Amino acid sequence: MLILECPYCGVKAEETELHGGGEAHLKRFGPGSSDDEFHDYLFMKENPRGVHLERWRHVNGCGKWFHAARCTQTLEVFATYSAQTTEPPQEVKDKISAKRPGWTWREFEG
Amino acid sequence: MSNAVSALGGASFAGLAKVTDTGLGGMITLRGDFASAKFQAAVKAATGTEVPATRKIVFGDTGAAAWMSPDELLLLVDYDGVDAVVAKLGEDLAGEHHMAVNVSDARACFSVSGDAACEVIAKVAPVDLDDGQFLAGDFRRTRFAQVAGAFWLDEAGVFHIVCFRSVGEYMFNLLKAAAHPQSKVGVYA
Repeated sequence: MLILECPYCGVKAEETELHGGGEAHLKRFGPGSSDDEFHDYLFMKENPRGVHLERWRHVNGCGKWFHAARCTQTLEVFATYSAQTTEPPQEVKDKISAKRPGWTWREFEG
Repeated sequence: MSNAVSALGGASFAGLAKVTDTGLGGMITLRGDFASAKFQAAVKAATGTEVPATRKIVFGDTGAAAWMSPDELLLLVDYDGVDAVVAKLGEDLAGEHHMAVNVSDARACFSVSGDAACEVIAKVAPVDLDDGQFLAGDFRRTRFAQVAGAFWLDEAGVFHIVCFRSVGEYMFNLLKAAAHPQSKVGVYA
């Protein structure tokens, strides 16, 4: 069972209270972008074995979106953090680095 | 004037715990900036309370205020006076980014009381109700089996549940099943 702490209401919510929102920190390509960029934005998702950054929504709770950094292999959760950010905060990166030295995820790294 | 009735018309069920439709209650969804002095004053004027802390409900002279999310409160007031309170909130918060809506008739309210009230709720909601984990004045939005709902515990040890009226009957049947006299687990006994 995946348990994430919602950074807005502080509830340690289990999976059934949450809704997954896919990959975090997407860079959106819309009007004016090339077909390749739009294709990659739509279809080329990160699907790592290991460190992953995701969006989640506390849907049966405060209703807020937030980010989670976790390991897809062990289900270990490194941290959850605010949705009002375009990249993982340094403290979150540090927490991941403490457990998974040398991790990378798209353009982010420990 | 139409005759307003609550979702289950005051129905009640006695089993492991007593489940009751608590009838009509005035409810207002209020969104805004909790840090603003104007917002705090408006809440005070409406319910007689301060803005509640995260996941808390506070009771005042004319109502109660519950924490729904970082920018949303649920104000519980007298059913007949809701429209006046909403109008007053609109005046108090004029010029400030906010939303105040009367949602009284969109909701169903239940109480669960008795020795096994904790157990009845714990059977259907993923919330830790062990000793000392959920206290009087705590407020929690969660799910009850398949539907969203929120509940709080009052000083008398009675749980109060609010959910959407459209799922009121589901909620009542669910709580009845969880409170069935022969379904005791005894985990909190």
